Amino acid sequence: MNKRMTINTRKKKMSYAKWGYILLVPFFVIFILFQLIPLLQTFKYSFYEYYSIGLQEIGPNWVGFANYVKIFQGSILKYAGNTLILWILCIIPQMTVSLLLAVWFTDIRLHLKGTWFFKTVIYMPNLVMAAAFGMLFQMLFAANGPVVDMLMDSGWITETFHIGQSVWGTRWVIALMNFLMWFGNTTILLMAGVMGIDTTVYEAATIDGSGAFKTFFHITMPLLMPIFIYVVITSLIGGVQLFDVAQIFTSGSGAVDGSSKTLMMYLYKLIGTSRNYGEAGAVSVVLFLLTATLSFIVFAFTQKSGKLSKKEKKIMKEIELKEASKNGTSC
Amino acid sequence: MQKKLLRLAVGVCTIFGLSSCNGTTSSATGTDVTEGAGEGKVLNIRCWNDEFQGRFRSYYPDYMSTDSDGNDLLRDGTKVVWTITANKDNAYQNALDVSLKANDTAADDSKVDMYLVEADYALKYVDSDYSLDVKADLGLTDNDLSQQYQYTKDIVTDSTGAQKGTTWQACPGLYAYRRDIAKEVLGTDDPAEVQAKLSTWDGFNAVAAAMKAKGYFMLSGYDDAYRPYSNNISAPLVNENDEIVIDQNIENWIDTTKEYTDKGYNNKTSLWDSQWSADQGPNGKVFGFFYSTWGINFTLEGNSLADANAEKALGNGLYGEYAVTEGPASYYWGGSWLCGAKGTDNSYLVKRIMQTMTCSRTVSKHLTLDTLDYTNNKVAMTEIAEDPTYGSDFLGGQNHIAMFAESADKIDMSNISSYDQGINEGIQTAFQDYFAGSVTKEKAWENFYTNIAEVYPNLKKAA
Amino acid sequence: MEQVAKPNEMNIEIDNSAKISNGLLIGRRTIVYIILVFLAVMCILPFYILIVNCTRSNFSIQQGFSFTFGDYFGSNWSILFSDSNIPMARAILNSLFISTCTAVLTVYFSSLTAFAFHQYRFKFRTFLYTFMLLIMMVPTTISSLGLLTLCAQYGLMDSYIPLIIPAIASPITVFYMKQYLDSVMPKSLVEAARVDGAGELRIFHEIVLPVLKPAIAVQFIFSFVGSWNNYFFPALIIQSTSNKTIPLIVAGLQASDPTTFDLGKVYMLMTVAIIPLLIMYLILSKFIIKGVTLGSVKG
Repeated sequence: MNKRMTINTRKKKMSYAKWGYILLVPFFVIFILFQLIPLLQTFKYSFYEYYSIGLQEIGPNWVGFANYVKIFQGSILKYAGNTLILWILCIIPQMTVSLLLAVWFTDIRLHLKGTWFFKTVIYMPNLVMAAAFGMLFQMLFAANGPVVDMLMDSGWITETFHIGQSVWGTRWVIALMNFLMWFGNTTILLMAGVMGIDTTVYEAATIDGSGAFKTFFHITMPLLMPIFIYVVITSLIGGVQLFDVAQIFTSGSGAVDGSSKTLMMYLYKLIGTSRNYGEAGAVSVVLFLLTATLSFIVFAFTQKSGKLSKKEKKIMKEIELKEASKNGTSC
Repeated sequence: MQKKLLRLAVGVCTIFGLSSCNGTTSSATGTDVTEGAGEGKVLNIRCWNDEFQGRFRSYYPDYMSTDSDGNDLLRDGTKVVWTITANKDNAYQNALDVSLKANDTAADDSKVDMYLVEADYALKYVDSDYSLDVKADLGLTDNDLSQQYQYTKDIVTDSTGAQKGTTWQACPGLYAYRRDIAKEVLGTDDPAEVQAKLSTWDGFNAVAAAMKAKGYFMLSGYDDAYRPYSNNISAPLVNENDEIVIDQNIENWIDTTKEYTDKGYNNKTSLWDSQWSADQGPNGKVFGFFYSTWGINFTLEGNSLADANAEKALGNGLYGEYAVTEGPASYYWGGSWLCGAKGTDNSYLVKRIMQTMTCSRTVSKHLTLDTLDYTNNKVAMTEIAEDPTYGSDFLGGQNHIAMFAESADKIDMSNISSYDQGINEGIQTAFQDYFAGSVTKEKAWENFYTNIAEVYPNLKKAA
Repeated sequence: MEQVAKPNEMNIEIDNSAKISNGLLIGRRTIVYIILVFLAVMCILPFYILIVNCTRSNFSIQQGFSFTFGDYFGSNWSILFSDSNIPMARAILNSLFISTCTAVLTVYFSSLTAFAFHQYRFKFRTFLYTFMLLIMMVPTTISSLGLLTLCAQYGLMDSYIPLIIPAIASPITVFYMKQYLDSVMPKSLVEAARVDGAGELRIFHEIVLPVLKPAIAVQFIFSFVGSWNNYFFPALIIQSTSNKTIPLIVAGLQASDPTTFDLGKVYMLMTVAIIPLLIMYLILSKFIIKGVTLGSVKG
């Protein structure tokens, strides 16, 4: 009887396995057609000389690594640096605030009122077109705009301030805009993750006298790690592609000395006037390698935390056992 | 599920896929200029704004009406389809280029028939095969073109000497100044007397110092004076070896503007930013602005009012307090040229439109009287210039056409290149940082060349 | 005896620590409220300015900033809608069509793919999943270059196909759905349904999708908004005016052409463009917040 059942279940397992392949078909077919092939095409172009002078097309002519040499002789490292800096300036406040908010919104002890209002409002900036955002902030920070007026009135500065001439001024404002647009997004995602954590764990921790900080670092964070990794990686990918906001705010110039010009702005410029697919392809490859490297770093970093979580799981189990024993001896 | 998806995809294809070819098969020639024989039924015009559209609808005699889709109907039943793509991020040219290259194989009704270009990139199209010779291909005669200003023809003349486009506008540039400030600092606001003081760059700089002494700015920003310098270079910006040649005049602009900034003669703004616009209004302390025809009546007038909703008349802000004068150098700024597209199936209609809108004295005169735009017809402009009763209220009664008419004839645009657009923008952007004191001159040049390499990969720095 | 005494002692201890933690709690709450209000103001500010600006005239906006409303609302509105070169209604419909299709396709196929990875054990499973994660790391704009030339080659320029169909393959959404399934979906439910004789697709539609509701709501909004506001690739593909989406129209108006530059019109357009998004968001937000709050109770 058992043998027959094993054979049957094995058959069933195999027949179900084929469903795995079937259901994956739409995804991979479309992916290959619309992303993999174009991607390979882009990479292919990076080895060709292919641009337009006026209405005349030059190429595609094979030039090997010439495009790469050209862009590295140009300013690609500078733009990559700018992109990284802008990303870091944005991601740190964004992650901190989102985590805080996610924890606060889900902490019953805090008895927060009106959370529905706050939860709705924080996502709203994401609805605004990046172009609109950029234009609005350009107005806010213009030389005759309200921010400069306020700063002058309060005595912080004595003469008109042109934000486009300030390297860090522009960078912080771009980071701020990006933050406003995306922190609602990350908060919602993290909240979903936090809600997935069993509340009894928190109760046990409270009874054990664990304060807010301890609870957060030793229980919430480890359990939240999968979603947190997801959020960091997606923000990373988005951040490396930073374009709209910076482009509009600096009117395409990247501010003083090109200090806020990102890789995407560079790519866009290459495709814009001269339709330089060759160099654009090379820049795309660099962009890809940058993203991949950063992602691996994040993965590697969080794998270590993965080990920590096993330790935390052990502690949690002890807490659960304690609770169970207490319940058993309640009067 | 997948079948549904397939159906959906097919549906999408049908509705939003490439438009099907249903054009009439009229002969697509570029040389058939007999009276509308075998012409297409649809005239496709490409442009980046609705300026010419407005002119066309008001002044082309065969125009009948516009339907709800924005297409125009002409007397002989031809439909005029306007495709307006903004200039932002070069989108207009990119779309135009793709269509022009495919024009020979496109369906007759989708063929691009006419398109507009700006001076800064006119040469790109003019020197290519994609624009039609207005005389040889379209049939305009020397007589037709005789009343046009020479420089408007120079800009669209290709390397073989053929004129490949035509325009209804001449946009001579002037210096618009504030009468009240002129009275206070110079003792007079009469345009001729003010011009006497501003007729050379030395004179201009001297007045700038005087303005500063009384607490006014001579110019608003860095880029205001660019065109007067850049239009008067002695050789094209790019030579036959694809090398960028920076003329001495450009260096002069850089040095003068840096001096102005350091001495406080300008208000450190950039063209079109909010402070620059505000400087033209009642709270501004700037003596004058370099402007062209369209700027006077579109931008300066609007910015000068104290109350945008109230009537545009004396008393409302600076209305009536501006006047114009030639300034230290003759230059032009702006303007749109009409080009016939190679492969058009409506060449006779294209010729007629060009003839009416750009060669006719009557149309030009009406245009100017109605819109205050300066049109490309020497005879018409001279008539208005010599009319003692003509004057602009906004300019305190000055006959600015007379002023423009004098300077228009002196403009020399034989030194344009097809890379002007990118280079002009590149220089202004790169040196903004230098003027503000954020980078050195060498760094600014470095940034300029880096930037140019991104826009025009084939150009090199001069050895 | 001891057992009676202990509860009393414990009670006193709990009382004291409760009082201390209560004080801390109020302190914490105040800080939390301050930060929340500050963030809320920052979030609402852009909308406020947007609406203020669509009531001002072009020159007024050009010259600077204002916190107070103007009275150009009616004028800007009629200018915008009577401009025959801006097919407002058409553009809104286009955007709605593209965004809805994209969101629906993304959400549906991502759930399907995530379910495949989650539920079934098959050869190459780990390889394909890791491969998909690698794909995720490739910014989509990189492949847009190649996609653009391919579209030009195959005559897909000015069509919506390259904008909608690729939405079927969205690794980021799949990743999210899988994480969600991993923490929520008990395999036992699926097995029970199989025993009952249900086919795999039926199981997917009738059991898995309902469980995924909160995740679907969240990703639907993200996908919809992302598609609605997408400028980069549509700008390269769409050419004819009647096919334009809202961001393209906005970009068109922003063109720095001084003769027809009307900022009042631009801001009015931007405000109008946001309204459908706002409505959709406010409707769906109840589901999102409910779903996210109810969460997933384990076992």
